Amino acid sequence: MSIPLADLVTILPECLVVLAACVLFVLDPVMPASKKDFLAWMCVGTLVVCFFITAAGMGEKTFAFSNLVVVDSYASFWKLLLYVVSGMTILLSIGYLKEERIDLAEFYGFIMLSLTGMMIMVSGSDLLVIYLGIELMSISLYIMCGFKRFEAKSIEASAKYFILGAFSSGLLLYGISLIFGAAGSTQLVEIAAAVNARGLDDPLVLIAMMLIIVGFAFKVAAVPFHMWTPDVYQGAPTTVTAFMAVASKAASFAAFLRVLLEGFGGVKPNWSGLILGMCILTLILGNIVAIVQTNIKRMLAYSSIAHAGYALIGVVVAGWMGTGAGVASAGVSSIMLYLAIYSFMTMGAFAMVAILRRGGLEGEELDDFTGLAKRHKGAAFLMMLFMISLAGIPPTAGFIGKFYLFMAAVNAGLTWLAVVGLVFAAVSAFYYLRVVMVMYMREPSSEQELETRLALSPTAMVVLAFAVAGVVFLGVYPGPLVSIATSSALPLP
Amino acid sequence: MDVPVEYYLALSGLVFLIGLVGVLVRRNIIIILLSIELMLNATNINFVAFSSYLGNLAGQVFVFFALTVAAAEVAVGLAIIIALYRHHESINVDDFSLLKW
Amino acid sequence: MAVLINGFLGHKYSHDLAGRIAFGSVGLSFLCALTVFMGVMADPTPREVIAYSWIFGGDLHVNLGFLIDPLSAVMLMVVTGVGFLIHVYSVGYMHGEEGFTRFFVYMNLFMVSMLLLVMGNNYLVLFIGWEGVGLCSYLLIGYYFHKVSAAKAATKAFVVNRIGDAGFLLAIFLMFVNFKTLDYTKALANVGQLSTEMATAIALCLLVGAIGKSAQIPLYTWLPDAMEGPTPVSALIHAATMVTAGVYMVVRNHVLFDMAPVAMATVGIIGGLTALFAATIGLVQNDIKRVLAYSTVSQLGYMFLACGVGAYTAAIFHLVTHAFFKALLFLSAGAVIHSLNGEQDIRKMGGLSKKIPITYKVFLIGTLAIAGIPPLAGFWSKDEIMAHAFVNHYYVLYLFAAIGAFLTSFYMFRLTYLTFYGQSRVDPEVDKHIHESPPMMTVPLMVLAGLAILGGFMGVPPEHGWLHGFLASVATPLGAVPHEVSMGTLMGLMAVAISIALGGWGLAHYMYSVKPGMADEWSERYAGAYRTFLNKYWVDELYDAIIVEPCKRLGQIWDWFDQNVIDRFIRGIGHGADASGAGITWTEKHVIYAGLNVVGYANHLLAWSWRKLQTGMVHHYAAVIVIGLFILVHFLFVWLLGTSVL
Repeated sequence: MSIPLADLVTILPECLVVLAACVLFVLDPVMPASKKDFLAWMCVGTLVVCFFITAAGMGEKTFAFSNLVVVDSYASFWKLLLYVVSGMTILLSIGYLKEERIDLAEFYGFIMLSLTGMMIMVSGSDLLVIYLGIELMSISLYIMCGFKRFEAKSIEASAKYFILGAFSSGLLLYGISLIFGAAGSTQLVEIAAAVNARGLDDPLVLIAMMLIIVGFAFKVAAVPFHMWTPDVYQGAPTTVTAFMAVASKAASFAAFLRVLLEGFGGVKPNWSGLILGMCILTLILGNIVAIVQTNIKRMLAYSSIAHAGYALIGVVVAGWMGTGAGVASAGVSSIMLYLAIYSFMTMGAFAMVAILRRGGLEGEELDDFTGLAKRHKGAAFLMMLFMISLAGIPPTAGFIGKFYLFMAAVNAGLTWLAVVGLVFAAVSAFYYLRVVMVMYMREPSSEQELETRLALSPTAMVVLAFAVAGVVFLGVYPGPLVSIATSSALPLP
Repeated sequence: MDVPVEYYLALSGLVFLIGLVGVLVRRNIIIILLSIELMLNATNINFVAFSSYLGNLAGQVFVFFALTVAAAEVAVGLAIIIALYRHHESINVDDFSLLKW
Repeated sequence: MAVLINGFLGHKYSHDLAGRIAFGSVGLSFLCALTVFMGVMADPTPREVIAYSWIFGGDLHVNLGFLIDPLSAVMLMVVTGVGFLIHVYSVGYMHGEEGFTRFFVYMNLFMVSMLLLVMGNNYLVLFIGWEGVGLCSYLLIGYYFHKVSAAKAATKAFVVNRIGDAGFLLAIFLMFVNFKTLDYTKALANVGQLSTEMATAIALCLLVGAIGKSAQIPLYTWLPDAMEGPTPVSALIHAATMVTAGVYMVVRNHVLFDMAPVAMATVGIIGGLTALFAATIGLVQNDIKRVLAYSTVSQLGYMFLACGVGAYTAAIFHLVTHAFFKALLFLSAGAVIHSLNGEQDIRKMGGLSKKIPITYKVFLIGTLAIAGIPPLAGFWSKDEIMAHAFVNHYYVLYLFAAIGAFLTSFYMFRLTYLTFYGQSRVDPEVDKHIHESPPMMTVPLMVLAGLAILGGFMGVPPEHGWLHGFLASVATPLGAVPHEVSMGTLMGLMAVAISIALGGWGLAHYMYSVKPGMADEWSERYAGAYRTFLNKYWVDELYDAIIVEPCKRLGQIWDWFDQNVIDRFIRGIGHGADASGAGITWTEKHVIYAGLNVVGYANHLLAWSWRKLQTGMVHHYAAVIVIGLFILVHFLFVWLLGTSVL
């Protein structure tokens, strides 16, 4: 038995990323400590190569490994996004890990493995493959969360994430086993056939669908399956938090959408109704609870929950009764657009938090931002930019993302949902601008006045530059991204 | 004599529920971990049962993957628990609430 | 044209230390605007300039483009002209203040946004400018960030504005769904296809946006608080330009409003009520800037009233004259404050007319203009609005406007008398240092005074003035029957208006000059009304009570729930589990039962997932996941089978 070469070529980027991770794990013990940065750069280099490979293959649709894996433009879009985000995380980590004195090159290896998991998730066309991807991603993330192993909070975050993550994937796997019983296969195509034939009257299909939805809802942190998010985000090292908030969320959404649309496309009205409920709860809870947070990482955690809520609007649109294929695929592409934009601004915000780390103390309480404008003009300005973008105020990219989502909702006849989203977007301005207010409108304490050091490494500057460019450029000239997202949206039946 | 597939389903459902309830009510983190394993094994029962019922080998392949993943998960989980124990001198989940609200 | 756009965008780069480039660039753009304006005068057909294709994909296609027609040309002139004068003034006013550069950066950012707002050729560009000016206003109100009140006012302004913006954005969505385009020209050309209901819905959504931005009832409370910002900011943003954006938008979309009589009526009523309501509050305020702020709210009410009765040209006319005289008033108030070393309380002024004669004279001109004393600017525009209300048979609105005009005249002269006449009540310490402002400040004042005097003549004779001809192509109500009003009626109305203005003046003169004790006497006699006015009808308190407090209360309830109900519940489970080990105990049954019998526990779930199940304990989180799962299943069953499975 041999594996056809064509199949391997199809998953070339995945292979390269795994290879890089393996090389890294092998080289890590033998490299002198001073040369560890080299390993990080090797990973970044790999990502750049993968980026070009994926970008070059964009637009084709290839199946591999007897239809277990599919590489279509939808998967490629997400992969490109994931490369960028992972690259930014690695660059940010180079300085951050030194600052935290957890300067272990393994860290980059785990990022690469986690990325592999995500890549498998977004291009899996079989629940088995998607499940493996989820687990690879999650297990790497569990470890990364506890990377500051001398700090109780970090380990605790890791343990919580682990228990709840394993629990939720237990639910997901049980759902998969039931759908296997109903469809006789775990291929999304055959699941779709079975779902069409049997409908939800079959309790197997029904319970399976529920469990699968819960499993994914946990990964994207939708209410009421969000409880882990703030705790884990707060405890994990900041760069890991950024990676989780952006990459794992994006990959989970990608897989979620594919499973729902390709696997359960036959019962759209049913799941879109349920997701509508989750979406509204998520919007309400994420935005309201964020208001009272005093820890900036927790605040951003709730904000990421709220953003998941916005993205869920797109999921609802994609499955809403009576919407034409055009509108439904606009729902999908608006999620893609939204999460791409969200990645840049959230990465930027977390990068700022990572940079503000002050000797020994985390710069993550809101008070640490007091009078930042006095101390570091540029830093405060960038943070303001990210906050404004997160709040969705034009001309930043955040506005474009929200605009498309709400527009999709209105087109689908869900005007009231757009109104709910708008209202909560207005509410969100309150807590984002509180950060701005603290930075610009309060005097720093004398102690803070003295503290002038920023943990700003050159690579972190690159990350910030990327994030700013994303936020501003995509806000002023979103055209290209929009057309890519539109053309690579999942083809709908 | 054939045992109907429903019986296996009932068994797996029961095991799954026991695992689920275990996660909810037990305080010892190792037992929680084992309860999660129960949930995963309930899944495996399902897969094997369906596989033989439908005459489809894919289910058994899935079981192998699930077992591997579960093993990896437990390995990482136990490592995390050890690290946790070093900090808290306890494996009772009630003691781990530094991160809240 | 491209040069023009570059000129405008050039502001963004004017992070110059001295601020000279700042006002230089505004001056330049004023010159550009002047050229454009001349061009439009020569040829009033609308012209569109498309900078680049901004958003495309799907059926949405939006250009970043500009539309120059008479309406935007007039707005351009006002924005750049008044903006230029205020910039010049600011250089003098802000001299020596900390963050001088920051101030001008924000001001220029504001100008850019404002120009985008008035020049955009589609709703999205308008919206960008709309949000941009809101943001700059936020930054500028909070300019004195060491003042807590300033920071609070800034946040309040922004959040209130966001409420309005949400309405506006919704209108944009509805518009797109109906027209498949966001360009003014294409969208407004197709308005005829809309059903009246849809037109009303869109118009009302737009109105919500306009109300928020232009500080009308019920969203006006932010504007008086916004006076915490530096005075030039109040003049530029909160008097002359930004707050009039709402009026501009209504006029821009007048075709839509013409189709929706209900929305029109709403505009008129809101405008009339605001005009009257804000004027009554203005009567008794003691902070010089707050009086002016309420007068701004009230004057904006007039503009809305004008829109509501279909007198769009009159609305724009009043907008222009108001920009002149209100900027004048604010700036000269700023000069007063400047010379009194930051004092804003009119009870601590008085007798200033000798000490700062130039400021006094220009302030008086402003007062005469706003009070509607002919032949100054305010008279013509206000009279035209009132005449329109009258001849179109909106007698109630006319009454509101007339009373409002009387009150306006009264409180403005009250302000003048208390500030400039009578005995000096100035703190002796400050008194020694009173000085006239530097020419950098007085020259713009004098220019504005000239405009306040002469500005009215562009609308003379009424109905057939130069401005009316200029705006005819863009601001004529749809399907309006041009009814000739006899000169006699107009003259009569004018006479009424003049007597109202003079009456207010007279009363103020009597109360504050002839018999100075009388005001206090009255305030005691009508203590109830006085206190109501002084406390602004307790609207702020009302909003606090019905919106802010309940939110806090809800938070407290959540806390309580967490500490009592949830905690006890969880502890109960814990005890049960401890007591019985692994065996199935009552509590465990209870847990399973809780999972299954979701309906009974829906209340618990609400409390749980609401805020603080965030106990930090893993199994609680897992429980929430399970309960969430059961709820989902349950809902699906109910949905599918029509019955509850439980």
